[in-house]
Amino acid sequence: MPTRTSVSTRSAPSRRARIWIATRKGIWTLTSDAARNGWKLAGPDFLGHIMHHVIADPRDRRVVLAAARTGHLGPTIFRSTDAGRSWKEAVRPPAFASGSGRVVDHTFWLTPGHADQPGVWYAGTSPQGLFRSTDNGATWEGVEGFNAHAMRKAWCGGDQEGTPDGPKLHSILIDPRDPMHMYIGMSGGGVFESLDGGADWRPLNRGVRAEFLPDPSPEYGHDPHCVRFAGSNPDRLYQQNHCGIYRLDRPGDTWQDIGAAMPRLAGDVGFPLAVHPRDPESLWVVPMDGTTVWPRTAPGGRPAVYRSRDGGKSWKRQDQGLPRSQAWWTVKRQAMTSDHRDPTGIYFGTTSGEVWGSRDEGRSFRCLARHLPEIYAVEAAAA
Amino acid sequence: MGAVPAVPVGTPHLTAEVSVEAAAIVRVRVPSPLRSYTGSAEVDIAVPVLAPELPPTLGGVLAALDVAYPGLRFRMIDEQGNVRPHIRLFTGNVATRDLGATIESGEVLMIVAALSGG
Repeated sequence: MPTRTSVSTRSAPSRRARIWIATRKGIWTLTSDAARNGWKLAGPDFLGHIMHHVIADPRDRRVVLAAARTGHLGPTIFRSTDAGRSWKEAVRPPAFASGSGRVVDHTFWLTPGHADQPGVWYAGTSPQGLFRSTDNGATWEGVEGFNAHAMRKAWCGGDQEGTPDGPKLHSILIDPRDPMHMYIGMSGGGVFESLDGGADWRPLNRGVRAEFLPDPSPEYGHDPHCVRFAGSNPDRLYQQNHCGIYRLDRPGDTWQDIGAAMPRLAGDVGFPLAVHPRDPESLWVVPMDGTTVWPRTAPGGRPAVYRSRDGGKSWKRQDQGLPRSQAWWTVKRQAMTSDHRDPTGIYFGTTSGEVWGSRDEGRSFRCLARHLPEIYAVEAAAA
Repeated sequence: MGAVPAVPVGTPHLTAEVSVEAAAIVRVRVPSPLRSYTGSAEVDIAVPVLAPELPPTLGGVLAALDVAYPGLRFRMIDEQGNVRPHIRLFTGNVATRDLGATIESGEVLMIVAALSGG
């Protein structure tokens, strides 16, 4: 972070931040000092492995799970119980039922379970499947309420459709007030909700456009890129979709288009979305060029984060410290996160292997690491 | 009836025992992506032979390999029992993807991790 940036005196006492970085060729960590001013890069672990996600457990930050495969080998999960100093492979990684004809290509998304369910984790895969572990990721079982749902194929289409390297089940959200209440996002299908711990599901896509379908307002078949709820108000959901940016206030079931308020030159296409940990009205997106053939790079080669402080009614460009030109970044859907410090830190990773961070809620950014492999995911944790 | 472990020859800790007539010893050549499991480029695996007329299959070799080196099989064989796309199996000079193919004691199973590009 810029050393001259003023930092609020409200800042929490000295707790270092750690950023877990999952890349196409391994994982790295960035660990800060207490002021989040100095950062130390460590790694790689799993050099050469394709790591789609790595995330520490907020219930026990010594526990870290990582989703891995290699170009040759099938998918697996690695688990650490000592904050990444050592790793063990899952005994039974996520896999579809024998005889189903379906094959997990890779585990894409990992979500720690509810605070009252220690050891429970969820995994989303490509092709789209939902899995659950009750032993901190050692063994995994399919959530058959979804995987074997009579409507799954209608909701999701074929296992090879959609997203370039396979449709993905992502954005597994567990309601902090009720472990039975869950949301999932699917790049081929839309947002779905379960009220019974995954036994049954229903689409939750009203108000979201699907301009790539003959019916632009279908019940399902949408392409959410990233869905988050506000940690301080889980009744407020946001999503960055293939077709815009949306907000949903539960118990309502109609999403509001908040991407329409984005500046025209920035557009409303992007992949990740981050929500402020304490202010449900405050969120960040990273616009990507969705014109013509969909370059999916920073519009005009001038990258910026856009922040809203009013739930998406208005947006402000944040680009201080970022390159002013010729920076054709892509930021993937898992590659932006916020920390829990005050002011909150915002971090994102690029497909060109750079990690950028702000310790002042996006007012200014600084490059924290460069020359890494293609970054798939960044996740913040206390160090 | 002897008790033959489905583990590498010479392995001190026998993890699975079955009653069988004999064991076939198959040498397995392991590609570098899988050596984090085996620790070496070649391992000799004892595969139970249930009856003389039932020689071991490649599937049996891989099952024995997984007993010795847990987790290895799933990295090369998917949950529907198919060889993963970038894995090749050779017995002698013959390539096969048929896990039901038989293999004789003393033969070599070569596992190849075949992938190019960046």
